[in-house]
Amino acid sequence: MTTSTLTDRLGSLETFNQSALDRFLEKRIDPLWLSAKRKEAWEIYQSLDWPNPRDENWMRSDIRGLKLSKFAPNVDESTQIASGSPVRLLDGVDVSASARSVNGVVVSETLDEKLSAKGVVVGSLSRCAREHSGIVEKHLHSLICPKSDRFAALQTAMWSDGFLVYVPRNVRIELPIHLHAALGDGQVDLSHTLIVLEEGAEATVLFESSSPDPMASGFHCGGVELIQHGNSHLRYVNLQDWGKGSWHFAHQRASVGRDAQLQWTVAAMGSRFAQVDQRVQLVEPGASSQVNGVMFTQDRQHLVYNTLQHHNAPHCNSDFLYKSVLQDRSRTVWRGMIKVSPGAQKTDGYQRNDNLMLSDAARADSIPGLEINADDVRCTHGSTSGRVDEELIFYAQSRGFTRSEAIRMIVTGFFQQIFDRITIESVREALGAAIARQVRQYE
Amino acid sequence: MSHILRIENLHVSVNDKPILRGVNLVIKFGETHALMGPNGSGKSTLGLAIAGHPNYQITEGSIWLDDANLTEMEADERSRAGIFMAFQRPVAIPGVKMADFLRHAATNVRQPDRKEGQDLIPMREFRKELKSKMEQLKMDPEFARRYVNDGFSGGEMKRAEILTMAMLSPKFSILDETDSGLDADAVRLASASIAEIGRDKMGLLIITHHDKLLEHNPPQFTHVMLGGRIVETGGAELARELHDQGYDRIRKAYPDAEAANQQMLAKEEPVAV
Repeated sequence: MTTSTLTDRLGSLETFNQSALDRFLEKRIDPLWLSAKRKEAWEIYQSLDWPNPRDENWMRSDIRGLKLSKFAPNVDESTQIASGSPVRLLDGVDVSASARSVNGVVVSETLDEKLSAKGVVVGSLSRCAREHSGIVEKHLHSLICPKSDRFAALQTAMWSDGFLVYVPRNVRIELPIHLHAALGDGQVDLSHTLIVLEEGAEATVLFESSSPDPMASGFHCGGVELIQHGNSHLRYVNLQDWGKGSWHFAHQRASVGRDAQLQWTVAAMGSRFAQVDQRVQLVEPGASSQVNGVMFTQDRQHLVYNTLQHHNAPHCNSDFLYKSVLQDRSRTVWRGMIKVSPGAQKTDGYQRNDNLMLSDAARADSIPGLEINADDVRCTHGSTSGRVDEELIFYAQSRGFTRSEAIRMIVTGFFQQIFDRITIESVREALGAAIARQVRQYE
Repeated sequence: MSHILRIENLHVSVNDKPILRGVNLVIKFGETHALMGPNGSGKSTLGLAIAGHPNYQITEGSIWLDDANLTEMEADERSRAGIFMAFQRPVAIPGVKMADFLRHAATNVRQPDRKEGQDLIPMREFRKELKSKMEQLKMDPEFARRYVNDGFSGGEMKRAEILTMAMLSPKFSILDETDSGLDADAVRLASASIAEIGRDKMGLLIITHHDKLLEHNPPQFTHVMLGGRIVETGGAELARELHDQGYDRIRKAYPDAEAANQQMLAKEEPVAV
């Protein structure tokens, strides 16, 4: 396939065009700076081609099945349907705030009054862009560049809504904040999640996405920005469980300041195709980040994760562990990079990706990488891929486990190393249960 | 209780290479049998064939537990029927705690008709039982929280296998070199543990090169395997003789079996477990 045919197919759509943009902007009540930013991104969108399949980031991605013309930008709010999308991270959890979006538009928000009085902001990003314009203008799309690729440009121009979590200086929120995005069949979600923790702030954010119909085919093109100032602590959980016919494109970024700590847990179970570009930048000395990634795929799912842990300052720590289990004909691609900038001495970087294949037809690509421009650093990486070991199955069977129970147990054990790192019990349990549900019967 | 494990004319191949060439053996509930023989004679193969390892093809003959034909069963069905094998080198299952593994195993073995997803033995009840068994076997309670065989020393693996046997209360147990790689104290402890579980509460087949385990668990019967067959059967004195004098007499007395044994050793490839 050549680039031009891809461009033809994706680019000749009638749906994401100038008149759609004009109509979209007309309906919005955005501050001037935002309208200007959108128009600027639209120019970039128009000047860019769709990703070149020869590009290193996209060469293992197959988006030939994407027919963007089947989707239209979500301009008219009357198309919103309240839906029964499952929520998994709330079991037995008290929350301090919550917000929910349907097809990329926030439909409900709650926030503990005491937190509100302390200056905490949680809720619709569109609303906050008007009501807390200063905060949003300063941070929104400060980490994601619309020039990254055409999806980033489209999202910067036409993001419909999403969530803002803003925690002021030295405010510590004990109970988690829950955010839920629902996406219906044939619908579009161009949302953005912006989380800003000022100096000394602390928060736990549970974000999950799902669809009312488990096979729903939607289009998500989103952005996540986690901005942490000095000494702040953020635990961010992202459970991606879109309907299994959905397309998921996302740029996800974190910037971690002096002595701040980030624990980012990613569970990718949904969508038919996902391309996630995840970058954590350690921008000041003493910053530390831990990323725990779980992928569980089936049928013909194809998930691509490009991760970057970028050490921009000395004495920082990054620790990325991604584990995937693949069933059926599914495919995962994990491409990890530790980048150490000149001067980022005493860097401690770790990356690892382990893959367990439950079927001969599954395929996992694992490409770890290092780019080191400082001389006093410690960076280690590794990856393993293999089929489930028949000797383990026999051993368990000789102790009374059925073959199916044995495989389920081996899969649970395989993920345990990640679960051991997740410090939020309810998240551990919810992920464990979600994975157990997906393991097929093996006879 | 009276149960019988009956092995009739058993022929077993691995990767289409014949290993066992007609084994006959009857073990009654409450009896202890020793199975001895030089390297490559087929001792472990017999154990794995009884346990139901899928790589061990039964080409002829059968294995009966009372009226049930084990050769028609999967390994898990055999386990639920009351067969247990303590492996020489049990595999590690990272991320799965001993206690969780044993709880699931014990539930399945005690409730052979249990369907996947049905309740396990209540946690409290199971913990109490596991704790008391571990005390009996002089095991550190921390053991229950470790991952199955993961990073275990040789001695810890063997003790974990004995603990598993104690929790599953099988009708028949095959101990495959449970004494190998252990120091004298560990062997004494392992032997005492087996005796403590109660040799009269199961039928035992002890596979060994040595006689250390047998000192504490004297066999009523000793079988000598050579070239994939049991060539001689005697009492406890035969085990002592083989330990003291080796297999020279046996090798000379059964030249055909010795030839088969040499042939198997010559083409022996690393076989799993």
